[in-house]
Amino acid sequence: MNIEIASTGRALVAILPEIGLVILAGLVLAVDLIWRSHPCRFLGTLTVIGLLVILGLGLAFSRPGPEPQFIWGQVMRLDQAGFIFRLLFLSGALLTVLFTTESEFLCQRGEFFALLLISTFGMCLLALSADLIMVYLAFETTSIPLYVLAGFLVMNNKSVESGIKYMLFGAVTSTVMLFGFSWIYGFTGTTNMYQLAEKLHIGAISPSLMGAVILLVIVGFGFKISSVPFHFWAPDVYEGAPSSVAGFLSTASKAAGFVVLIRVLLVAFPQVSTAWSVLVAVLSAASMLIGNFLALSQKNIKRLLAYSSIAQAGYILIGVASDSILGNSAAIYYLIAYLFTNLAAFAVVGVVGKALGSDELDAYAGLSRRNPGMALVLMSTMLSLAGIPFFGGFVGKLLVFGAAIQANLTWLAILGAVNSILALYYYLVVLKVIYLYRSPNDQQPLSFSFPWKVGLVVCVIAMVVLGTVIAPWLSWSSLAGAAFSIY
Amino acid sequence: MRFPILSFMIFLPLVAGLVLLALPANLRSSKNWFRGIALVVGIVDLVFALMVYFTYRTDQGGYQFLERAAWVPQLGISYYVGVDGLSVAMVLMGAIVVLSGVLISWNIEERPREFFSYLLFLGSSVLGVFSSLDLFQLFFFFELAVFPKYLMIVMWGYPKTREYGGMKLTLYLFAGSMIALVGALAIYFGSGLKTFDLLELEKAGFTTNFQRIWFPLVFLGFAVLGGIFPFHSWAPDGHVAAPTAVSMLLAGVEMKVGAFAALRVAIMLLPDGAKYWSWAILALATINVVYGALIAMVQRDFKYVIGFSSVSHMGLVLIGFATLNNQGLLGAGMQMFSHGIMTALFFAIVGMVYDRAHTRDIDSLGGLFRFMPWAGVGFIIAGLVSMGMPGFSGFIAELPIFMGVWQVAPWVAVIGILGVVITTAYILLVVRRVFFGDLPEGLKGKISDISWLDKVTISMLSMIVIAIGCFPALMAPVVQSGIDHVLVLLGGF
Repeated sequence: MNIEIASTGRALVAILPEIGLVILAGLVLAVDLIWRSHPCRFLGTLTVIGLLVILGLGLAFSRPGPEPQFIWGQVMRLDQAGFIFRLLFLSGALLTVLFTTESEFLCQRGEFFALLLISTFGMCLLALSADLIMVYLAFETTSIPLYVLAGFLVMNNKSVESGIKYMLFGAVTSTVMLFGFSWIYGFTGTTNMYQLAEKLHIGAISPSLMGAVILLVIVGFGFKISSVPFHFWAPDVYEGAPSSVAGFLSTASKAAGFVVLIRVLLVAFPQVSTAWSVLVAVLSAASMLIGNFLALSQKNIKRLLAYSSIAQAGYILIGVASDSILGNSAAIYYLIAYLFTNLAAFAVVGVVGKALGSDELDAYAGLSRRNPGMALVLMSTMLSLAGIPFFGGFVGKLLVFGAAIQANLTWLAILGAVNSILALYYYLVVLKVIYLYRSPNDQQPLSFSFPWKVGLVVCVIAMVVLGTVIAPWLSWSSLAGAAFSIY
Repeated sequence: MRFPILSFMIFLPLVAGLVLLALPANLRSSKNWFRGIALVVGIVDLVFALMVYFTYRTDQGGYQFLERAAWVPQLGISYYVGVDGLSVAMVLMGAIVVLSGVLISWNIEERPREFFSYLLFLGSSVLGVFSSLDLFQLFFFFELAVFPKYLMIVMWGYPKTREYGGMKLTLYLFAGSMIALVGALAIYFGSGLKTFDLLELEKAGFTTNFQRIWFPLVFLGFAVLGGIFPFHSWAPDGHVAAPTAVSMLLAGVEMKVGAFAALRVAIMLLPDGAKYWSWAILALATINVVYGALIAMVQRDFKYVIGFSSVSHMGLVLIGFATLNNQGLLGAGMQMFSHGIMTALFFAIVGMVYDRAHTRDIDSLGGLFRFMPWAGVGFIIAGLVSMGMPGFSGFIAELPIFMGVWQVAPWVAVIGILGVVITTAYILLVVRRVFFGDLPEGLKGKISDISWLDKVTISMLSMIVIAIGCFPALMAPVVQSGIDHVLVLLGGF
């Protein structure tokens, strides 16, 4: 394997965005401390500008070369996959901040933005890590701020419950994962994933032990991506957490789980790929079925989106189970489309929830009369989630099903297709409520502020562009999908 | 460069629909804008469709008006449109029905902006499917129809059943298309050609085994939209729940989209599979014809009669497909056109009657002919088409189907003819009970004549079915040139 270690200067440039994130987090905290009486929009605007700068820096300087590079003593690997996921996390954070800029309670809190940035920092590291210790550290750096963010509304019991529940689940699953890592270290004497593959290749460990290790490790990632059977936290946490945080949890955090899942499985355990492929396929099938069936009867839109996001994790896992470049690219394409879609959905939920004080589906009656634009955005997100053309979700679904068929997992593709039908039902119910049902006060307009508009327009454009101009994004995903490992 | 006429026809309604959604909804005169835009788009599309239809070179045959652009080269997906003899007729039929749908909904009161916008999306979707020469693109347009269909039924449909009917219809059709999608992906990977180009895939030469396994999945997936038994029950429920224009488009055009896609993808790409399974299609389609007609016979609801008659007539199309011979396929192609226009005419008139009488119960209707003679004449014409009377397009379509099926399975022809006899019975019954006899007490003073726009629509649709019926040469050679290509793929004749 090509191991190339960059100079310190090059290594610093390579993690420029991560450095930027830490500085920005500190800056936001400091400014909040010094200037207590800043206007509501100030901190959000500052964070948005900072994130835009970081995105620009990342695009300009921290690109991977044609060959993947190991940096910082081989704990990180700068490759196309890490690069693209980093951009994805930064965009997710950017949009999430846009959707909180005007939120009355959150906009005064410097620590909210700082925590969000630290969590994003952890995700970026996660996408780059090539070492199990780095994976664990980045994993915790991602999770701990998110526990706080989920419970951020301290006056709201549901939010506090959500934070604690998330923390308990996270603590347990990451411990189990760490236990798995310790086994790996015990068997091989190394924590570097890329060296691990060679050591495990000799056949030092019995297949059943290897299976146990994979099981232990998958617990942690399964929690992050909210796949069945590690999904129990999702509905309660999404329901209680601030909507923008729930959006962030369901998209960027999930994507972070996926990137590390794919990397660990592909890089550390390539020779037992048939075994974990079956395991992932089973997780995928269970996630789709359970997520969709439970979503059918939800009356609260945040819970509905939570179950839908469990099912979406199942579709993305189809790509992972296929264990091919097409499969990985499909999963990545799906994740990109899903990020913009679900962030927009939670943003609308946030606006409506704030205006009406309710997240029940009934509160959405007459939304198309109150604000046709918002109804249109919500419709676009529902259609994209359902996989209807013109939106990215359609292409994502097509690609994962295609990957499954290519990998001879036809049963999984058919199961995915059947699940899309189930899922269409509850997405259509949402459309029915917003377009058909009337509420007594549906002539009363509902407005949303400027940053919200910008964010939503960006999301909708991204969804449509991902669903129509497919080729360039597919090249990106393929580059990233091929960069993890040796095929 | 030649003017990209097909792309223009497909994207004009789409763009117009988006423009409509962007216009402000609350201005006083805005309704005129909405329907005006829709009307202009409908007329322009029809004019272009006529141009394409009459400039299609039947002597050359094959795919014409080709336009192609790379879309996703990594996966061999291109934007590729073109029409053959069969699809050129379908495009024309689609454009006619879309325009009549606009005319018939002229006076819609409830949210006209969204209504016309979704109607145009639906139009774009059907024209896109008919002219797709790329499998991916075909699905793209196919599924584009999902949300306009659903929203139009639940927002403007018949209040008592719209939520149920709309959901049922949408889920059935989406289910069919998802199953077909899996089959299409199997075709893509099975061919090993790395292309979604239908013309390339036609030559892929799949193994017989592969074709036998995948044919039923792809065919049934699409045929659900064509109303094949036992997956037909969405059709009557959905058509009845839908507002008039949507019933016209659903029964008239969307069902043909399903049948057309079943032919284009399943039969043309997997011909050996089609030969292997043709007996099963024949059996199911025969049940469609007879069972649909029998159920139509006992309906008390005016609109359900027409809904089930669509199921019955689509059975004839599928019988035509299943014969896999020249006459049968030619008849099926003609029947798709003929039934599209005919059923649009039926549903338009049912809608006019309901708008005035506010009931569709056949027992509480009667004697309407005196009050709305144009509607009565139009209904009778559609009925004559539906019975397959000579001089109307139904005869030109059904005769070859029965000729074709006689060659492969005479007993099916005999049973099928029975379906036609039952059709005659229920059409005559409905005509007598709705349009003749005495006007019931409850309706006195309620019934007014239809508007001149309605008359224009009825005349337009009626004239088309009569013209095709009297001068089959207007259409038969065109469809035949498309069928020739299918026959080559089927390897014979």
